[in-house]
Amino acid sequence: MNTGRRRVAAVFHKELREYRHNGNIIVAMTIFPLVFIIQPLVQVFTLSSKAAIPLRHEHSLLYMLAVPVLVPATLASYAVVGERLQGTLEPLLSTPLRSRELLLGKALAAFVPSVILSYVIFGVFIAVVELFAAHPVASAMVRGPDLLAQLVFTPLLSVWSIWVGIAISSRCSDPRTSGQLAMLASLPVVAVTTLIALNVIPPELKVALGFGAGLLVLIRLGGRFAASLFDRERLITNTK
Amino acid sequence: MWDPVTVADLALSVDHLTKRFGSRVAFDDVSFEVGRGEVFGFLGPNGAGKTTTVRTLGTLISPSSGSATVAGVALKPENGVEIRRRIAIMPEAPGLYSRLSVAENLSCFAELYEVAEPKQRIATALRSVKLEDRAGDPCGSLSKGLRQRVALARALLSDPQVLFLDEPTSGLDPAAARDVHVLIEDLRDRGVTIFLTTHRLEEAERLCDRVAILNTTLQTIGRPADLRDRLFSKTLTVRLVAQLADPGGVFTGLPGVEGWRSDGPCTYVLNVADPVKAAPAVTRALVSHDADVLSLSESRHSLEDVYMQLLDEREDGRGS
Repeated sequence: MNTGRRRVAAVFHKELREYRHNGNIIVAMTIFPLVFIIQPLVQVFTLSSKAAIPLRHEHSLLYMLAVPVLVPATLASYAVVGERLQGTLEPLLSTPLRSRELLLGKALAAFVPSVILSYVIFGVFIAVVELFAAHPVASAMVRGPDLLAQLVFTPLLSVWSIWVGIAISSRCSDPRTSGQLAMLASLPVVAVTTLIALNVIPPELKVALGFGAGLLVLIRLGGRFAASLFDRERLITNTK
Repeated sequence: MWDPVTVADLALSVDHLTKRFGSRVAFDDVSFEVGRGEVFGFLGPNGAGKTTTVRTLGTLISPSSGSATVAGVALKPENGVEIRRRIAIMPEAPGLYSRLSVAENLSCFAELYEVAEPKQRIATALRSVKLEDRAGDPCGSLSKGLRQRVALARALLSDPQVLFLDEPTSGLDPAAARDVHVLIEDLRDRGVTIFLTTHRLEEAERLCDRVAILNTTLQTIGRPADLRDRLFSKTLTVRLVAQLADPGGVFTGLPGVEGWRSDGPCTYVLNVADPVKAAPAVTRALVSHDADVLSLSESRHSLEDVYMQLLDEREDGRGS
């Protein structure tokens, strides 16, 4: 079966337009990155050069991986329940749009801004650390492998988080509950990245590969799971 | 006007269609046909299954049993996309993105229907609902009547073969409802098949070639005039200045008069086979008996009378 690119693009563009006009979404997209950038920056500026030694045993940059988990979860948790709330789901499903095209368009619309935002926040953090932090602190914090991990895992974590958010959104009738459950469901992944950042789980190549492979499997399963929960009849009639 | 005899191809063909939600029956064993270009009214009380029927025919939900053909395509799960390409549904609630402008709403749906030259099509749709000057307005800022017109413009974008209108004037004031009626009449003139569900019986009477009355099962189907004739005997109502001394002597045996009854002191209702043939004979008889006639008129039953009669019969059937 073909996927209608034009229909997916239509959903994608519609979502982006809605984000632009929806102050709540913009606030939600801004809060998490601010929380994750302000606190570490304050910490960095207060650190003396001596602090560089213990910092070498940590991977502070990996804290930032929470951003590509939490931001898309916020957006995706509104994806389906938001349409139901506005009464727009029925007109949308009355068009030739297939369920998977709708979900793909929604997922892309959550993915693109989240990943861009995550990379921008990450870039800003690195730039500020390099420019203003004490040199030993900066070189202890900004390390090649951590940068690579950030670049690679940001999109993977986003996709996983999006499927979780959409799956929850397909089953919830209240956007607030949906958002809270999506946050809750994202926490285990944030916990893993935090444990790696704190060196509790050693950040080795084997761990990274295992984590990456695990995420790919979860993404595949998550997509199928989200699609299976998107039941047109139940969503339209509130039955079953 | 649709002619069931001459129409060879059908826009809708529904055969013993049933939809159940668990133990609850939404509609049961419904069969009817709608010809291309026909305006077909689907009437019934709340909870009768009208909206569920529209959703089923629009492939939003699947039937429990029975079969149907929609715009020439068999109603099967694998044909959902093809059917939805050929039809449009305007649900009772307009369902517009309130933060987006009218043009942005229509643009999204034009892309979803993959229409050629979407900008031109949007302009045409907006022109047909007389909203060209509101294209840039956010839908949330529009009145309910205007939102309903935007929803109608959205339904017209794909140039559908069959247009399902689910309570299109629900909640509208009389002026806004009249605007929607004019739009529907315009669509009818353009040959669009319209499946109209409504509570407003005068709306159905004005717009529809045929109507069906649903109350979980199909109660009746036909042209409004035929339904009236089928359910009610034709009558002449005679109003006089003074009561007749011997009304039986006047009315009994007149050609075309099958019976009579008194309806107040100076009013008589005559059951007739054909009012046009019976009226002159009745007039002559009254004049010959020196009666002063105030009026002689054919009694007209509205579609509402038909509707109420059918629903009453159903209630009586349940009670007995």
